[in-house]
Amino acid sequence: MTSPSLEFEDLEVDFPTKDGIVRAVRGVSCSLESGQVLGIVGESGSGKSVTALAAMGLLPRNAIVRGSVRFKGRELLGLKEKEYSDVRGTGIGMIFQDPMTSLNPVYSIGWQIAEAVRAHQSVSKEEALLEAVRLLKTVGIPNPEDRVTDYPHEFSGGMRQRVVIAIAMANNPDVILADEPTTALDVTVQAQVLASLKLALTETHAALLLITHDLGVIAGLADRVLVMYAGRSVEMGSVDDIFYRPAMPYTHGLLGSLPRLDSDGSERLRPIPGSPPANAGEHQGCPFAPRCPRRAAICEEQEPELTLVPGPEGAEPHRAACHFAEEVSQAEPGKLFAISSGDPEAGPVR
Amino acid sequence: MPDDTSLSEAETTGSQEVGQHSLPMPPPGGHLSPLDEHGMTGDAKSQARIVLGRFFHQRLAVIGVCTFATLGVSALLVGIFWTYSYTDITNNLNTPPSWSDPFGTNSIGSDMFSLVMHGTIKDIQIALLVAAMATLVGSTIGAVAGFYRGWVDSLLMRLVDLILVVPILAVLIVLAHIVAKQANNWFFLAIIIGALSWTYVARLVRADFLSLRERDFVEASRALGASNTRLIVRHMLPNAIGPILVNATITVAQSIVLESTLSFLGLGIQAPDVSLGLLVSQGQDSATTEWWLFVFPVVFLVILILSIFLMGDGLREAFDPKKVKTRA
Repeated sequence: MTSPSLEFEDLEVDFPTKDGIVRAVRGVSCSLESGQVLGIVGESGSGKSVTALAAMGLLPRNAIVRGSVRFKGRELLGLKEKEYSDVRGTGIGMIFQDPMTSLNPVYSIGWQIAEAVRAHQSVSKEEALLEAVRLLKTVGIPNPEDRVTDYPHEFSGGMRQRVVIAIAMANNPDVILADEPTTALDVTVQAQVLASLKLALTETHAALLLITHDLGVIAGLADRVLVMYAGRSVEMGSVDDIFYRPAMPYTHGLLGSLPRLDSDGSERLRPIPGSPPANAGEHQGCPFAPRCPRRAAICEEQEPELTLVPGPEGAEPHRAACHFAEEVSQAEPGKLFAISSGDPEAGPVR
Repeated sequence: MPDDTSLSEAETTGSQEVGQHSLPMPPPGGHLSPLDEHGMTGDAKSQARIVLGRFFHQRLAVIGVCTFATLGVSALLVGIFWTYSYTDITNNLNTPPSWSDPFGTNSIGSDMFSLVMHGTIKDIQIALLVAAMATLVGSTIGAVAGFYRGWVDSLLMRLVDLILVVPILAVLIVLAHIVAKQANNWFFLAIIIGALSWTYVARLVRADFLSLRERDFVEASRALGASNTRLIVRHMLPNAIGPILVNATITVAQSIVLESTLSFLGLGIQAPDVSLGLLVSQGQDSATTEWWLFVFPVVFLVILILSIFLMGDGLREAFDPKKVKTRA
């Protein structure tokens, strides 16, 4: 009865390059229920954006996509451009990372919002512009009646991103994909933009797929979290699971490399040593193993599958891809890694 | 629908920004259509206005526009109101400039003033037609090539290369010779010149599209469900309008030069029709004796081309985003 708004099943995306095939996404499965916020976190190159673009049908033409992406039960992969047009905008809206470039510089923002409205609804130009004013007001642009005739260069970055949000919600989509919506912004305006995003969600009742590498954003907005590493989902669970009972060393590493407000300030950050593998598909074993403090012989041989992690009674399923998930989940969040070895004050390396 | 509450909020926020908006906020309940909003915010800042403003800030560009307009309008008026038509033949042969014939008369007694003016009109006519055709064809082909890339791009650009490597004058002479005897051959001349001059626009637009297609706003519009045609026409072409317009003015000037060259060689406009190039060619033999037969058409040709180049330069400056000087 209630099929999820957006569902990925075993999504795989390969890019053929001169140096062989790059496996950007290697079997991601997750689903987004209506009204829910799913956060995807991970380092650059972990396949977050590619996953979102695959749902939008916006991957480069040479990309090889396998698996399944379903929007309200309808298979999206393999849709023709024409058929995709009814999904884009009305079904799934998208917010891009850089508001400086995702607005057309030669049109007023009112025109651009109206254009989005008129692309899918048969309304007059005047009505579309009134709708634009209403949307601008919803996302918290002051003086929308005046600003609607302004051009993108007359807006600040945060305001532009709010305009982008207004455009994304123009056709009441069921799902909004936000690809690092706050990354290009000043920290101080991030909060405002997130507030606008929340307003947009309450207004449209849309589900949100929030891609970010900012755990703070996830903590503030997401219901469920998917952690990606080297093209795979390595952990999936509720926000509480991820922040308080992480069962994958990588998630520990992400948490440990963030400063905490509730620490006494004397504690040092614990960065993850090394960098992600360039092309994970080629190697045997767990792609995180070379950087993992908990690695064992089995990690070099066998790539772990997502398995259920035992948690508190009645909690949502919490899955992690680690041979030692249960043991890792007992550790104090973020403390799995050693304090940076390059730090002279850190003392001798363990 | 924005209602009264939205307005009162607009008023409160507006009052904090009095410095920016010198005009009062609309009264509550007033019309809200952003189209006919009080002039200041909307139209005053539209892109076209900004460019026009910058354009008219340049003295040379203004001179170019004025000269071109004066030339065109006066040539039209002369064609209608002047005593002699360019086809009239009188008994005053080879008379130097006088009050009744300001530019003198030629060896068959035609009034040079009406001839030069008619030639000017004809040149402008041909040049505008050429520029319109070349811009339309070139922009379309360049846009398609740059947008789709791949084999479409290769095919179209090789076609462009093919036309570019052909010696243009040789082809023009051959083709012009074929149509030389046609009645109203200025139209065919324009088509021939146009068919050979769209390549520059095509390359320019393609280059612009290659960079535009990678821009996020194109992706964003696609994510909103815009079709390829819509992306090209509505979203990308307006971003390339600067180079296209500048190139169009250059094409105008170039096609005047090309037409004059052909006419000079006797392959362009055919008598009794006239063009400036034809007049120059007819007057060259007597340039030292009956100077007025030669000097006036040459001067008009030079002024015409110069004024167009001045406008083109002005447009280029006006569209240049790095020019901050005249921005305000």
